[in-house]
Amino acid sequence: MVKKISRSFKYVYLALMILFLYIPILYLIVFSFNDFSTGRRISYANLGAWKGFTLHNYTTLLIGTAAAIGIYSMKKRPRNLILNASQLPMVNPDLVTGITFMMLFAFVNTLLVKLSLKQVGDIAKLLIAHISFSIPYVIFSVMPRLRQSSDLLYEAAMDLGCSPMQALFKAVIPDIMPGITSGFVMALTMSLDDFVVSYFVSDLKSVLSVYIYSAARGAKGVNPALATVIFIPLVTLLLVVNLRRIAKEREYEIQNKKVKLKDKGGK
Amino acid sequence: MKRKFFAYPYIVWMILFIVAPMLFILYYAVNVGGEWTITKAWATLSDAGKWHILWTSVVMAFKTTLICLLLGYPIAYILSNMNKTVAGFLSVLFFVPMWMNFVLRTYAWQAILEYFLPNLLGMKDGTLTGTEAAVLMVLVYNFLPFMIMPLYNTLAKLDKSLLEAARDLGANSFLTFVRVVLPLSSVPGIVSGITMVFIPAITAFTVPALIGNGKYYLYGNEIELAFKTLSGQGDYAIGSTLSIILLICVVVSTVIMNYFDKDQKQGGQMW
Repeated sequence: MVKKISRSFKYVYLALMILFLYIPILYLIVFSFNDFSTGRRISYANLGAWKGFTLHNYTTLLIGTAAAIGIYSMKKRPRNLILNASQLPMVNPDLVTGITFMMLFAFVNTLLVKLSLKQVGDIAKLLIAHISFSIPYVIFSVMPRLRQSSDLLYEAAMDLGCSPMQALFKAVIPDIMPGITSGFVMALTMSLDDFVVSYFVSDLKSVLSVYIYSAARGAKGVNPALATVIFIPLVTLLLVVNLRRIAKEREYEIQNKKVKLKDKGGK
Repeated sequence: MKRKFFAYPYIVWMILFIVAPMLFILYYAVNVGGEWTITKAWATLSDAGKWHILWTSVVMAFKTTLICLLLGYPIAYILSNMNKTVAGFLSVLFFVPMWMNFVLRTYAWQAILEYFLPNLLGMKDGTLTGTEAAVLMVLVYNFLPFMIMPLYNTLAKLDKSLLEAARDLGANSFLTFVRVVLPLSSVPGIVSGITMVFIPAITAFTVPALIGNGKYYLYGNEIELAFKTLSGQGDYAIGSTLSIILLICVVVSTVIMNYFDKDQKQGGQMW
């Protein structure tokens, strides 16, 4: 009896917490069906920045993966130094990261003005900032994968007649692909979710989150439909990815059990 | 195998865009319009109001962390004791909100606290924003998943046979929890949870900006004000000085956390 009560208490607690986490999301979704016609439209110009982000993600991926492979092949001391430095943007609060980039670009731009050259544009600034703060995430998701895969794979590829480049592309990279993919997803979310860095680096209408912020502070408000539009594909994607992972794990467990049973039967 | 050179683009990038910008904070703190001076920096440092806001922010971050821990630990504990498939699904449910744009979620809270709840409660032209409690609640809301995640990870890894051993040795479930589960999960999980909540909470500026309604603000807003609005274009000397103070706070708290967390030297553990 006591067990039953404590158990239902547990579920109630979990349900309440989940509700708490979803209140604002539900609110936005519900109110997105509300009439919102009086001058509170979203201008689609903002969405232009998205193009930049896919580009940035590929760059991040390239530099990040290469860096992970490179760092991995390094000797221990410089490796630790670099890894510690790489943690900087992850440990640094985004406020500080944003400010440092703002300063950097302010400095570079004054320098460029003195030399009477063109200033660094918003998209370029955003690209540089976003790439910098998401590279470490790629590195730290590729590194463990590299540690798991063996050097023998590379050597075997070479023995079978690959050039070093071929060995890299045909053996090493496919082997660490899961790490690269998860790094990609992470960099993508970090970049889409980022507000503070973009806010300090660029002007008020450059990125979606900065736009939302300025709209939220202004009198106009944000169209809640935006939330629905952003949220639903994300949730579907996430649920699919995670459920697939869970299903896979389960399959793996079942297979393990079967193997164990077979072993027992064999003996 | 010489693949070292693969790391070189990254090293160059890192020096240019991660290490060098940090130095610019120092540079701008003591350089006003091309002239070297510390008067502005000193004026900022001796402003008692700034220190007071810093103290408010630290207290706020502390409260946020504590509430997150108190709310998050039971969640992580319950999840870790569930059937693996159910727990996997539920934990996804807990982490999904994090993937929605942070500003958008905060904006939703602003709308709820400003119009929806007062209307529902029948408060006439009352608003719930602009109070410390509102800011605290939204901060907790935003950081709760970051507390649950590391706690759940460590608790799920906990060897269940240890619990059985404790039971066999005569401990009741409360004693088992206090003397086995808590010490084993506290060091890595709680410490990394606190790190992930406390440091972002000190520097939080979106939440007080949107929820504080101009009446309640924290240190991050002070920095934003200095950089973005003071004297039209922003006053870099004041802003930089404030940022240096903030940076020192962050470094100190990171060092303290690392002291408690010696096993987790490996970077990237937070994810």
